[in-house]
This record gives sequence, C-alpha cells and structure tokens, in this order.
Amino acid sequence: MSINKVVAGPKEAIQGIQDNMTIMFGGFGLCGIPENAIAAVREQGAKGLTCISNNAGVDGFGLGLLLETRQVKKMISSYVGENDEFERQMLSGELEVDLIPQGTLAERCRAAGAGIPAFFTPAGFGTEVALGKEVRWFNGKPHILEHAFDASFAFVKAQKGDTAGNLIFNATARNFNHAMAMAGKVTVAEVEELVPVGELDPNEIHTPGIFVQRIFKGETFEKRIEQRTVRPKA
Amino acid sequence: MLDKNGIAQRIAQELKDGYYVNLGIGIPTLVANYIPQGMDVEFQSENGMLGMGPFPFEGEEDADLINAGKQTITALPGAVYFDSSTSFAMIRGQHVDLTVLGAMEVSDSGDIANWKIPGRMVKGMGGAMDLVASAKNIIVAMMHTNKAGESKLLRQCTLPLTGVKCVTRVVTNLAVMDITDQGFKLLETAPGVSVEQVKNATEGRLIIEGDIPEMKL
Repeated sequence: MSINKVVAGPKEAIQGIQDNMTIMFGGFGLCGIPENAIAAVREQGAKGLTCISNNAGVDGFGLGLLLETRQVKKMISSYVGENDEFERQMLSGELEVDLIPQGTLAERCRAAGAGIPAFFTPAGFGTEVALGKEVRWFNGKPHILEHAFDASFAFVKAQKGDTAGNLIFNATARNFNHAMAMAGKVTVAEVEELVPVGELDPNEIHTPGIFVQRIFKGETFEKRIEQRTVRPKA
Repeated sequence: MLDKNGIAQRIAQELKDGYYVNLGIGIPTLVANYIPQGMDVEFQSENGMLGMGPFPFEGEEDADLINAGKQTITALPGAVYFDSSTSFAMIRGQHVDLTVLGAMEVSDSGDIANWKIPGRMVKGMGGAMDLVASAKNIIVAMMHTNKAGESKLLRQCTLPLTGVKCVTRVVTNLAVMDITDQGFKLLETAPGVSVEQVKNATEGRLIIEGDIPEMKL
C-alpha cells in the first residue's frame, strides 16, 4: 500500500494558505513554475505573502500575477526586474525585496528540507550580502553564515508524478523545484501527467514522495517562453 | 583592438580538452563559438544542466530547456540535468574548471563588480556571487574602458562588489592581464594596440616586464 496524496485540483491543493505566510515557488524564470497553484493563490486572495522564488515572473504571468493583485509583501530572489509592475512596486517601496546569491538561495531551501539549520558559504563574502553575518574561516578562506528558510508551503511543478507524490521533472524545468519540495512544511506538486503508483520506475524518480504532501494534475500548462532564441535551419 | 567576438576568440584559447566551463551572460556566451577543433569541453548552465548545446532550430524550441539567461537552448549527447542545489554544489565544490564572466569593474587585486549600479534598478546577482567566490579559475571578459573612455580596470572598485580577490585573468579589447599581488600583469596586447595605450587605459597598477607579445588569434 502507498499513501494517496492526490487532491482534486488547485483549489484543494492550496487549502490552508493564509495572509502573511511564507511560500516557496519553484521555477527558473518562467521555466518549471507552478502555474496552476499561482492562479489558485490569486483566486483565493491571501495577502501580505513572502514569496521565495529565484525570479519574480513577468507582467501578466508567473508571480507577476500575484504582484498585480498586490498579494506579495516581500520577494526573496536572486534575480528580478523582468517585470514593470515589480519595478514600480519596488521603487515606490510597496514591495520589499531581498536579493540573495542563487546558490545560497538553493542551499537555504535544501538545508531547510535536510534538517540543517544553517551553513557557511563563501558566496557573498566581502560584499553587501555579508553585512551583519557571522564570518568564519575554513581551509584558509572566509565564509559567511546563512540560515535555512522556513516556509509554510512550497509549490512545485513536475512533468510526471504518481499518486504517492513521487516526481519526475523534464530537462531544466527541475531547477529549484526539487530543493523547494524538500523544504516546504506542506509541499504541493502539480504535474502534467499523474499516474498510479507502480508506473514510475523507482530508478528514475527525482524527488521521493516523502517530501510531497499533495499532488494534482494541472488542468492547463501554458509554459510560456521568456527568451525565444533559435537558429535558422541550414 | 578587439571587438567582443575577438575577446571571446582570445578567451577560447584558454580552454583545455576535458574542461567543464561556465559562461556568463554577454561576451562570455560568445566563447562557445570558438571552441578549437577536436577539443571536448562541456558547458555548465547554473539553472541545472551540463552539456549545453546551441540554440534550437526554429520550431524546435522547448519551454523546459533554457540556459541561465532564460534563452531556449538544446542539449548535446551526454548532457545531464540536475536541480539547482546540485548545480551550485558543482560550482561551490570547485568541480567547474573555468568560469568566464563579464564585469563593470575589476580591481588590480582581483575584486570584481558586475551586479549593481546604485541609483539604477537593481536586478540581482543571480549566480555570480557563488561563481566568483568559489571558482578557482575566473577569466573576466570586458571592455577596457567605459563609453566615456574611463578605465574599468581600477586600483579599487567603486561599484558594489560581487566578490573579492577572485579574478585570475582579464581579457579586454586591448590586452590580456593576470592578477598578481602587485597588480595587473600585462601578458599580451591586442593586435594594433601599443603598451602605451594599455597603460593609459588602465587606472590600476600595471606591471610591464620585458617585451610584451601581441595576441595571436
């Protein structure tokens, strides 16, 4: 027997989201973002959210949708500003923005899921990122202390999942989804294809279902491309 | 004097067979166009892949397959995908042999500034701080001076830093220099560029020892 984590849809999947919560959103740019959960959070209307996500979407898509409705109080990201509304809110002071190095962002997710409360990294030493942080030298090199995140929910997106929450990602859409799945107190996975347990080869699973509390098949995935770059056929 | 492609072409000479390489956005991306014939190198993209290939043919682009600049790309045979924390384990753990980055400023002690201009919209450092803090071999690709003709190779950076004492080599439109304890050590000048021109364009300490050869492209 395996544990059935399937919920009916995005509305059920986001149950428990409240104002002022800290929520993780997987994805890199618009690649591998939990589109259906974002739409459901917008619909549900929770405000004052702190969003941990590598990027902040674009106008009208991805986390840009939650910025439009002013549901986000603070963004914790490594790279932002491909988004006019984001820029406007940031410059006007409506939106708090915490920019942190991408590897530190990933490791703060992984650490949260792995029971590591804090860790030392060389990234950011000697820069404004290190301000106020403990410095220690290891192997002749300075490192700064960074803490694991603490997020009530993590929304991730996978290509395939089974009813027990085991996940398989496609190509670079894996990005932050795996570490965030580990980190969420409640991790919600939306998948393009949902299969019964036993159908996924255990050797091929990227994220074990133990990290996932809820799973659903997304109704639609727009999968917008941010920078379409091609070469002509010879 | 070199253009951006020339800088990339010169940096490609730093590649060695079997290297894993991370290329930053801008001039560094162009390095991939000049891999010497018969040499095997693999490109790491910090959003989670090794074995990055060229842009896809029109109509074959895949929203799930992008590089760190969010551009659609392809995968070469032997490519592998992984999650962000594994990607930065490769970077922090010094498994990447060569990192090529752009910069707004570099100091003669190897500090680099390339992420923030105060007063302008700040977009973030992305993976640059992790890369510069850990990579053992960092080559900076940049123009020697800004549009106003002012040196970008300085005694001390004026912009907010991305990392300290981390750059190993700088390749500009005018010259190739190594970072040493005494400052920028001039190794080569660009075709048609005199040592005097490099001197005039360099605000940081510049070490000139003996005859400086011209770059071969």
